[in-house]
Amino acid sequence: MSLLGERERAAVREQFQRLENPVKLIHFTQELMCETCPETKKLLEEVASLSDKITLEVHNFTLEREIAAQYGVDKVPATVVEGQRKYGIRFYGLPSGYEFASLLHAILAASHSTSGLTEASKLQLRSITTPTHIQVFVTPT
Amino acid sequence: MKLAHEMAIENEQITADMVEAMEFPDLARKYQVRTVPKTVVNDAIELVGALPEGDFVAQVLKSTGFSG
Repeated sequence: MSLLGERERAAVREQFQRLENPVKLIHFTQELMCETCPETKKLLEEVASLSDKITLEVHNFTLEREIAAQYGVDKVPATVVEGQRKYGIRFYGLPSGYEFASLLHAILAASHSTSGLTEASKLQLRSITTPTHIQVFVTPT
Repeated sequence: MKLAHEMAIENEQITADMVEAMEFPDLARKYQVRTVPKTVVNDAIELVGALPEGDFVAQVLKSTGFSG
């Protein structure tokens, strides 16, 4: 049974027509003590199947700690969205409901290597020269 | 959430995480998440609710020591 319905798949497929460069989803999961891990992995498999430009790489968080550390991943389920370079885009937990739209948005933005921010914001952001960690807490909607 | 991820694309120094609060209750408790979205920048600045782009960028800059 797929998580995405037929109409949803069609809508996502259409959005993915706009993908430019390849996007890699690096996913960390584990078998025990992670209730939403199986569903998250399945959702990502379905998303990745909707475009040739998306590849999914799955890692076992328990056994592949070094790779997790490379991506700064410290909990699961975790999904890193990577385009031409590492962008520092991570999703911790199942991106469902509104956050599914955030995932699609991140994939498209990573594929284009550009954000939809205003020129003023882009200019301001250039002044950040030290590592900055933003965590946005959300709940399923 | 989209804003934070877009900021990460614009600046390599920025890492932006979506954290599903119910799946990571310990972290949500640590940052006293009562309403969502709640944004925590560098463990220092906490923003509650969805802010317009300009305000959000300004707040993140503030957390890194720039006043604008």
